Amino acid sequence: MFRFLLGRLAVLIPTFIGVSIIAFSFIRLLPGDPVALLSGERVMDPARHAEISHQLGLDRPIVIQYLDYLWGILHGDFGTSISTKKPVIDQFFELFPATLELSLCAIAFAVILGIPAGVLAAIKRGSWFDQAIMGTALIGFSMPIFWWGLLLIILFSGMLQWTPVSGRISLMFFFPTVTGFMLVDSLISGQAGAFKSAMSHLILPTIVLGTIPLAVIARQTRSAMLEVLSEDYVRTARAKGLSAFRVVGVHALRNAMIPVVTTIGLQVGVMLAGAILTETIFSWPGIGKWMVDSVFRRDYPVIQGGLLIIAGIIMLVNLLVDLTYGLINPRIRH
Amino acid sequence: MADATTQAPAVTVDALSKDPSRRARFAEFWYYFSENRGAVIGFWFFVFLVLLALFAPIIAPYAPNAQDRAAILVPPFWQEGGSSAFLLGTDAVGRDILSRLIYGTRYSLFIGVIVTTIALVGGILIGVVAGYFRGWVDTVIMRLMDIILAFPSLLLALVLVAVLGPGLINAMIAIALVFQPHFVRLTRAAVMAEKTRDYVVAAKVAGAGPLRLMFKTILPNCMAPLIVQATLSFSNAILDAAALGFLGMGAQPPTPEWGTMLAEAREFILRAWWVVTLPGLAILITVLAINLMGDGLRDALDPKLKRS
Repeated sequence: MFRFLLGRLAVLIPTFIGVSIIAFSFIRLLPGDPVALLSGERVMDPARHAEISHQLGLDRPIVIQYLDYLWGILHGDFGTSISTKKPVIDQFFELFPATLELSLCAIAFAVILGIPAGVLAAIKRGSWFDQAIMGTALIGFSMPIFWWGLLLIILFSGMLQWTPVSGRISLMFFFPTVTGFMLVDSLISGQAGAFKSAMSHLILPTIVLGTIPLAVIARQTRSAMLEVLSEDYVRTARAKGLSAFRVVGVHALRNAMIPVVTTIGLQVGVMLAGAILTETIFSWPGIGKWMVDSVFRRDYPVIQGGLLIIAGIIMLVNLLVDLTYGLINPRIRH
Repeated sequence: MADATTQAPAVTVDALSKDPSRRARFAEFWYYFSENRGAVIGFWFFVFLVLLALFAPIIAPYAPNAQDRAAILVPPFWQEGGSSAFLLGTDAVGRDILSRLIYGTRYSLFIGVIVTTIALVGGILIGVVAGYFRGWVDTVIMRLMDIILAFPSLLLALVLVAVLGPGLINAMIAIALVFQPHFVRLTRAAVMAEKTRDYVVAAKVAGAGPLRLMFKTILPNCMAPLIVQATLSFSNAILDAAALGFLGMGAQPPTPEWGTMLAEAREFILRAWWVVTLPGLAILITVLAINLMGDGLRDALDPKLKRS
């Protein structure tokens, strides 16, 4: 296990350095003067320019600049936002809970619906039920989620008036941030209706963000299940006279879950990409909307820092997924 | 249905090649492909889209950017207030939505073709080199691909477009770059698997140089997974380009690109459902047709799934 971890780190560290080089050089690839881009000041006399350039360390050799940047990152300094003048890392931690809450709900939505749907489709292979599930899954997989979000808004917020259009909670509620998760904080606050309001704000974004993972998980579960159901040990279990529920639920499902867990792990990247669109549509104050807004505001330090933090998170999650393989699949225990 | 489809290839293949083994292979391919009803529907719908794109100026009733100031936000013909002059209604500046959707087919298919071609050709070149030479070349290439894969694709494309400047061409370059690693990985894995086979060794002994070995001997035997991945990228390219257009970073107005049309329509979401619904529906159906085709291709090309 320890050797495996070392091996993974040997790949991960150079990759992270590469990612940091990309984030570092991106600002220097932009057309225009990096001094102006990083400080956000458009008009500068030469003295002011030299001063800021020195302040930001831009008058030093590029290699020193990069090492300095890397040193900063290792100490948690990801630069300062031009528009808010706040450190990028602070802003990130302020907004990340919103994205995390949404992503967790979306994954839960996808898993809770996707796995049973895939299992049932596999058991009833070839039936109209199987075809309906797989047809729906393919539609979900092909869905432009930004449009899907707009459709749901038209239907549930516009016509039926069931859900609010945007934000995380109604403005009439105000309570201290404890966990950053609106569902938890609203419960802790004990205010009547706060939890319900948070819930109704969360439901449409959850569906939108969870749609593609749901489709992928249902398809993957079905094919993994089909493979497992034709194995000898499943036939043995049936021959022993075990109930169909036990054969499918215990003997087959456990082994079918191995590729499915991989798929769920891979959805993290999909989630963060989907968050860009979902959060924009629902004005959800999370990382995705923050990145899009920063691109439009030309807040380059934020884009640079955010890119690096997000890539770092994805790499860490992938490592964790790799490590959990051993837990669910003894055959590849390290 | 089964009769019609098994007879069909004989005609098409004749024009394709006189080589009997090739003809047999194509017949076999079509046999498995046509077993999947969804794939055949997807295929014919795709053909329909190609025709629509090619003959857009003849089919579309209006020019895509022609504005009729007297007909603003006219609903589709079946709704009250709709008119048969604008079958699918008009948008906020009086442009015919049907015509814009038809012209939009051109952009989406163009995006799919260009992005897939760049990603496929680039990915094959890099992947074959990595898989054939191994060693430090392979390590460097694969680490580079890992770096690209560490970013969520849409985010990286968004930032690249922010660097290159918004626009359709830059969006396509960014998406192609982001899709590249998948092709590199697939090609590399396939080349590594094939490299030690006897026929490759035989060709090497017979005096074939590395270029011939790489592209003439090995590559044709690695194509099946690449073709399947290519259909997947085709549909994903359309989705991502539409997403960038929707975020205002792809094709710029007044281009009748479907994602850009959606972005322009957003403010009318609660007033005029058709300006929002129809462009998205066009994206969904197109992507769905291509994905259906992709499923059929996978069934037909993947020997592991073939029933013997």
